Amino acid sequence: MGKQRSVVKHNNNVIGLGLTEKLDRLSSISLIKYLIYASSVIFFFAIIFFPPMVGILRNIGQIGVIYDDPNLLARANLAITQSFIMAFTVAILDLIAALPLAWFIVRSKTRIVNLIDTLVDIPFLIPTAALGYSSLLFWSSQSGISRIFGVESLVPPGFLLVLLLHFTFSYPVIVRVMVGELLNYKEVYEVAARTLGAQPLTAVRTITLPLLKPGIIASFLLAFARSLSETGATVIATGPWENGPVFIYRNVDKEGILVYVSSILILSSTVIFFLISLLAPKLRFPIRRAFPSIERKLSSSRAIKFRDSVTLLAFFLVVVAPSLFIALPMMGALLDGTLNEALSGLDPWNSFWRSMLISYAIGSLSTLLNIAFGLPAAIMIARGKLGRATSILEALVNVPIIVPSIALGVSLRLFWGEYGFLHEFWILLLSHTTITYTYFVESMAAAIESIPLEIEEVASTLGAKPFTIFRRITFPLTKYSVFSGAVLVFTRALGETGAAKAVARTKEFSTLPVLLVDWVVNKKATPSQSALGIGLYVISSFIILLIFRLLTRGKK
Amino acid sequence: MPSIKLVNVTKRYGNIVAIKNLSLTVNDGEYLCVLGPTGSGKTTLLKLIAGIIKPDEGEIYIDNKLVNNLPPQERNVAYVPQQYALFPHLRVIDNVAFGPLSKGFSRDEAYKISMQMLEMTRLAWRANSFPHELSGGMQQRLALARGLASGAKILLLDEPLGALDARLRVELRYKLREIAEENNLTTIHVTHDQEEAMVVADRIVILRNGEIQQEGPPPQVYNEPKNIFVAHFVGEANFFEGFVAETDLHGSWIQLRNGFILRVNETNKNVGERVVVMIREEKTRIIKRVRRKEEINLFPGTIREISLLGDFISYSILLDNGDRVNSRIPTIMGMGRFRVGEKVYVRLKPEDLRVYPYPPQGLYQELEVI
Repeated sequence: MGKQRSVVKHNNNVIGLGLTEKLDRLSSISLIKYLIYASSVIFFFAIIFFPPMVGILRNIGQIGVIYDDPNLLARANLAITQSFIMAFTVAILDLIAALPLAWFIVRSKTRIVNLIDTLVDIPFLIPTAALGYSSLLFWSSQSGISRIFGVESLVPPGFLLVLLLHFTFSYPVIVRVMVGELLNYKEVYEVAARTLGAQPLTAVRTITLPLLKPGIIASFLLAFARSLSETGATVIATGPWENGPVFIYRNVDKEGILVYVSSILILSSTVIFFLISLLAPKLRFPIRRAFPSIERKLSSSRAIKFRDSVTLLAFFLVVVAPSLFIALPMMGALLDGTLNEALSGLDPWNSFWRSMLISYAIGSLSTLLNIAFGLPAAIMIARGKLGRATSILEALVNVPIIVPSIALGVSLRLFWGEYGFLHEFWILLLSHTTITYTYFVESMAAAIESIPLEIEEVASTLGAKPFTIFRRITFPLTKYSVFSGAVLVFTRALGETGAAKAVARTKEFSTLPVLLVDWVVNKKATPSQSALGIGLYVISSFIILLIFRLLTRGKK
Repeated sequence: MPSIKLVNVTKRYGNIVAIKNLSLTVNDGEYLCVLGPTGSGKTTLLKLIAGIIKPDEGEIYIDNKLVNNLPPQERNVAYVPQQYALFPHLRVIDNVAFGPLSKGFSRDEAYKISMQMLEMTRLAWRANSFPHELSGGMQQRLALARGLASGAKILLLDEPLGALDARLRVELRYKLREIAEENNLTTIHVTHDQEEAMVVADRIVILRNGEIQQEGPPPQVYNEPKNIFVAHFVGEANFFEGFVAETDLHGSWIQLRNGFILRVNETNKNVGERVVVMIREEKTRIIKRVRRKEEINLFPGTIREISLLGDFISYSILLDNGDRVNSRIPTIMGMGRFRVGEKVYVRLKPEDLRVYPYPPQGLYQELEVI
């Protein structure tokens, strides 16, 4: 018995060796290497970068029609302005609120830190469209907090509700980034400042924050981009108020005005992004003065307790409660027979299940595409394989996330729509790949960059061929980043409403978030059905994330 | 009067005890060197005094005032960490002015003091540079200037010269000492470089695994090491394993490996006890021929290696019983006297030999420095 097993094992080894040897030999041929890198560059330009640019440019002639309807034009311009006002407000609020919480998570020694740390991820795990509905019910409906205050609607749909909602879904991301920055920060500077006589607050204000500036700017831009781009949830919470994505959502058939709004959004968001990333580093913190007595008082343990309580209260009220509120109506829907109806697959549930299938198919396929073509691109960026052109490639890779995804979707529809033979499903897939590409490549590039180049160099002097280096060194060290990058892509693809709405021409190919937003906004389903549909959506994405967590457990 | 006193201080990190029931007094104006291998608790000791970490047990006094619960900004000590922690976003002058400004000095006053400190450390001409534009030695001086500008009279230096190249390290030692004296500072200087400690310190404390092994003025620590570890860590020494064979009124006979017999002057060990005998390398003599056969403590061996160390030549000799011995001879006296492979005798004078009990975990374990 034992003998047999060892024979089998032996055979496997031989087969395995044969294959890796073959791949090793292939990977040593420079032509093969160039082919792999070249194909990923071609993929980037042909699928990710040019389609949205060309789609808009080719149809720029249609812009003329906007003058036919001055009212619509005025509405469009207002919507674009509102987009940026909202994004700025949200990003500023995020920073103000996220810093104390991140601080609390990193520095506090109390036991609830672990709980808070887990709760922070919740809004991150719930697809934004579901979050939108949950917030709407929590703030605006009689089933939510309004009843406690005895008013019909505490926060009616409109600017304020959208602001609260955008805060809810962007806040966790910012906290995560800030926590990471704080963990990387060398506390020795702060410690040195304090031994020199600085009060804790003085040390933070004059030393820690200025040194964290790059991270703060990055968080600001992230929150800004998230707010600018979000469509599904915004449409649910918006009421009469309108920003760019909502305007596009509501006028998805009027091609001329869409080209106008989309091109303005794409152009202005790109310009604003580069302006902020160029100018913000020049901003100076007020660091030349100290106020020992005031800052001593503000550093007292009582002041810190007060700050922590306010932060945690705001966190629970504005982030945790509205995110989890959906659980209540969903429970109701489980008990009132809606579940049986859903399982029977009768109308409207047949389209629900179909959309779910489409969403998952698109999520997994776009993840695979991004891994296959994004990984070589990430290696190229991390290792500077393109020489000086590397930084240009990196800047271009970032474009898909700084542009509002629905505007990108409009452009992609115009581009791919030209090719009549392309089935709608493939257009959806390509669009989702485009909007998620950056997430994978950027996170992988960061992971690969963190491996010292010397390790790979040593491996090659020890006789390892490029493929072996990848298989034995680079991949094992970045395996978990590949997984988490894949999760990021998958959840983003699953949660995307804007681009999916803009691209889909027929109801037949609605992704799940598009269908659910349609249910809620256009009252295509009863509240009970909406609650259950959104609940199932949330639960299924939770399950996927859980599976990934289990697969990648024990390691970061 | 800036004095420092630690009473029965213990600090743990999880299961690791970094400082074990340690008591220590540093007098006003004293320059104390804490010497110990990596992981001996040196940095922890400094951080405890600076107030960056709190002791689990015991008390810390500064100027006879209990400071256990005083945060670092209230302690008025200048802590200079190993990598200096110069604020990278501030110019040289702003780095120095940070302390006075934080303590509420007016801008004019703060910058006046800072300029004085920069002049003292000969950095005034670089006042507007950023720290990363300075050389290693300048960064070191800047860290010092910054610490002193806050008006602290206690200076805590964590491996202050560790990041500098060898020559600069030697030059700056004296400068440190000079600055401490000129400003009447009480200084604790942590290092793992025994030569550095011997040169600058009024008093040396040898730390190992969070415990003080020995403390005293440098000559005392060097000449009368209390245990094998101190003997090995401070200066260069040879060790022999053996048993006490016989003891009389004036000394003892130690049985070494393979029948060699060694005479020592100490009588405080019991017959049959396992011991380690130590002799400094520079006291280990080599001679070519034996004149009188009856002479004691003369052992035959062969020269195996010769290394020139600058002022000294180090000879490595394999004794015929299998023990290895190193001997240091001033270069002007020893150059070219012996060749590799030459048969010689090693003479170990009884008055130069010290006897220690054999360490329970073995000699090599005991000598392990890191």
